[in-house]
Amino acid sequence: MKKIGVFVCWCGSNIAATVDVKAVVEAVKKEPNVVLAEDYQYMCSEVGQNKMISAIKDYNLDGVVICSCSPRMHETTFRRAAEKAGLNPFMVEVANIREQCSWIHKEMEEATEKAIILARTAIAKVLLNAPLQSGESKVTKRALVIGGGIAGIQSALDIAEAGFEVDLVEKKPSIGGKMSQLDKTFPTLDCSACILTPKMVDVATNKNINIFAYSEIEEVSGFVGNFKVKIRKKARYIDETKCTGCGACVEKCPSKKTPNEFNEGLNNRTAIYIPFAQAIPYKPTIDASACIKMKTGKCGICEKFCGVGAIDYNQKDSFVEREYGAIVVATGYNIINLDRFNELGYSDCKDVITSLEFERLTNAAGPTKGHLICPSDGREPQKIVFVQCVGSRGTRSCDKQYCSKICCMYTAKHAMLLREKHPETEVYVFYIDVRTPGKNYDEFYRRAVEQYGVHYIKGQVGKVIEKDGHLEVQASDLLSNEQLHLDADLVVLAAAIEPDPTARKIATMLTASMDTNDFFTEAHAKLKPVESPTAGIFLSGMCQGPKDIPETVSQAGAAAVKVIGLLSKDTLKCNACVASPNENMCNGCSLCATVCPYGAITYVEKDFRIPGGVVKRRVSQVNEAICQGCGACTVACMSGAMDLKGFTNKEIMAEVESVCK
Amino acid sequence: MQKISAEMKKRASELLASGEVSRVIGWAEGDFCYDCSPATFTAENIDKLVYTDFCGANLSKYLIKESKKEGKILVFLKPCDTYSFNQLIQEHRIVRENIYVIGIPCDGKLDYDKFKFFDIEGVLGAESNGNELTVDTIYGKKTVNKEEVMLEKCLCCKGKKHMVYDELIGEEGELKESSRFSMVEKLEAMTEDERYAFWQGELSKCIRCNACRNVCPACSCENCVFDNPESNIASKANANEFEEKLFHIIRAWHVAGRCTDCGECSRVCPQNIPLHLLNRKFIKDMNTFYGEYQAGEDTETRAPLNSYKLNDREAYEFDKEGK
Repeated sequence: MKKIGVFVCWCGSNIAATVDVKAVVEAVKKEPNVVLAEDYQYMCSEVGQNKMISAIKDYNLDGVVICSCSPRMHETTFRRAAEKAGLNPFMVEVANIREQCSWIHKEMEEATEKAIILARTAIAKVLLNAPLQSGESKVTKRALVIGGGIAGIQSALDIAEAGFEVDLVEKKPSIGGKMSQLDKTFPTLDCSACILTPKMVDVATNKNINIFAYSEIEEVSGFVGNFKVKIRKKARYIDETKCTGCGACVEKCPSKKTPNEFNEGLNNRTAIYIPFAQAIPYKPTIDASACIKMKTGKCGICEKFCGVGAIDYNQKDSFVEREYGAIVVATGYNIINLDRFNELGYSDCKDVITSLEFERLTNAAGPTKGHLICPSDGREPQKIVFVQCVGSRGTRSCDKQYCSKICCMYTAKHAMLLREKHPETEVYVFYIDVRTPGKNYDEFYRRAVEQYGVHYIKGQVGKVIEKDGHLEVQASDLLSNEQLHLDADLVVLAAAIEPDPTARKIATMLTASMDTNDFFTEAHAKLKPVESPTAGIFLSGMCQGPKDIPETVSQAGAAAVKVIGLLSKDTLKCNACVASPNENMCNGCSLCATVCPYGAITYVEKDFRIPGGVVKRRVSQVNEAICQGCGACTVACMSGAMDLKGFTNKEIMAEVESVCK
Repeated sequence: MQKISAEMKKRASELLASGEVSRVIGWAEGDFCYDCSPATFTAENIDKLVYTDFCGANLSKYLIKESKKEGKILVFLKPCDTYSFNQLIQEHRIVRENIYVIGIPCDGKLDYDKFKFFDIEGVLGAESNGNELTVDTIYGKKTVNKEEVMLEKCLCCKGKKHMVYDELIGEEGELKESSRFSMVEKLEAMTEDERYAFWQGELSKCIRCNACRNVCPACSCENCVFDNPESNIASKANANEFEEKLFHIIRAWHVAGRCTDCGECSRVCPQNIPLHLLNRKFIKDMNTFYGEYQAGEDTETRAPLNSYKLNDREAYEFDKEGK
């Protein structure tokens, strides 16, 4: 008879306040095979673990059930302890009586009854458990960073500094991201380009970093330590090996009417273009949808003026397949589309702009060389209204429920810089709350109000309309409880941020989870903030949630550290809970191989004895080093030939039956 | 039909004589002309091969065992049977190199059970001329509209085009539109209670003879879950109304995405349960959710249930009209 020991943890009062742990102990003592049942205050403590270790030895236990928190928390702890005592770690089962019981129930009677059922379920399973052994898999010592903004740049640099090869993939023609578009950065007001471009140059010159600019992720397969990624290098129509970046092509290009993305469409660019002066790589790209030669076959001026013959109108997208041990997602953000905010007049009034457009208008490298003008007629604005929380913290369908976090600070920055440069202007900021936690942040905001005389008005703007070449702003002042009608020359909207739309596609390819807002989910909100729940995938920057530059850089560094920790290992212990086929039942139909996301299943022809002879049959085989135990094959298999070790159909059925008893 | 039958016999004999194939799968008559069943032939008994309007059986499934044997086998496939053939190729269940496929034409096969509605008994033979069927009986000749006595699967014919063949007898046919989902739509329009009552009425007739499973080309597991004591569902008693349906529901799930809608399940059901409707509901839903897909149309296209595309929509994203 198998001997099972059960340990019921109080988790201080986390469990014991709602679950009568003594009653659970008494109930499970009556279960067949249970030779020992005890409760203890903290099973995860050293004393708790030692209790379990000595019980395994003293009672010669075949299996252990711990009734405690979620196995995500301490399963490894208890399994490691079992191993110390000489018991196969997979003979330990955790019954989650905290997250799935004590935390969600109020009545002690109910919670205790449920805890007993959960304990019985774990006992039913552990009785069927078999000892399992983990294999090992090699680690590819190269990292992939998806996204070349400040988050991706920082992660790439840190990983490369530790001596590992990094591929940095950026979908736009240059790395740099949103930070390259910004003018000054809060709270120190240093020039964004001045602090970013040295890092961009570091990336370009670092021997361990390969930049794949103007490239996108096409396919991802594999698993932690062994990802295989197909990268699409989009055609620039330029032979980068020949191009010297002299810029003659850009200068001569006659197609000059494409909105300049880098300047938020505030001016136009040529069909062949380099997005900005510090672009890396500093190579032009032809926009095929604007190029006259590519649309009509006539033109070819850039080709004529290129001294090195680098123009190639027939270039095709090319593909690179690379292997990686770890992947950092740094896909960044965008500001939301304001089409659905008609009341604020963004689509109708030229002088209603977004904050990002404002950045470009005040940037010395921007379309106006830093000279702030009203886009409608070029006059210098005298009265400027900033509107906070446009699309953030809202409840309408076009709103985001979350706080975009950066707007309070950059609006204070904009207002302050305006008053500094143009003391004659009147500057108003409409806000719901001003949120300035962060080192030197509140001081910064107070300077805007106290030192620079920015008018902060608590209240929201209801309407912006154009009237006689001016903007009329209707707003409410909640503190004095009155309606305001303000004339303004320029209205700047602090539009909510949202994850880049390409992120969802990437998340799907990586099997990394996202929340309802399409931000990547971290493995644990507090304790694993840079890890995705998918092993080997790490998160950096805005793709995980709104954050400013200092936070982004910290997180990028943290993600890099996790990557370095992973890549510094030569091998990883594989998951022992792998799929295993019953050859006698296998049809060889390939359905399991078709659904396997890891390519772990292959087929062999084998001879089988049948009455009156031998028959050759095609049967599946699982490569245990590749299998991640996701179980897709086991549910796809019609005949039930495929089973998952550690989660066999029989074990699961035993659990279900135990619950239903 | 006699001309085709003669041509089939001729080609089979030639291929057997030349040694190109060593066996033939076709149909043989039983005691009565209307009980044609699948049979294998060699040079010795090839004269027993028949092909009549009663040869409704789909021969593809028999190739699972037969194609693994020594030597090449000749199989005659009607257009609809070629879908099952392709599906089995895709699932690696049959050995293509060991099979020689002759595609044969089909004008729709007869459902002998329907003859009773026209008081036709003592059938000696049947010959169709277009839509007119002349039945020779011991009481003399009778004429009926052929569609009235055709198999359900033939009323929803996919067309006369063969999806695969090595050689064709007769002309290459064309695909055809059918209204095969009309009954599914009727079921969908019912209230839940009505639908439950419908299936309760139908499935409670089931005697668990396993004929549907045994004839189904998609139900070809080495070891069926219903025969496997390890699966916990084999030989389980139908303890309640729901469990009565379990067999058919599990079977429908197992063939979902793989069922070519060959209609064999309903053809062989001795209780006349319209089992094909379960499969068609799956097919209709998959078409709605993931785009038109016909299992067995070719041997490469991945079925919607075992492939994932980025633009795949989730079932909950659709409203009741499937939009």
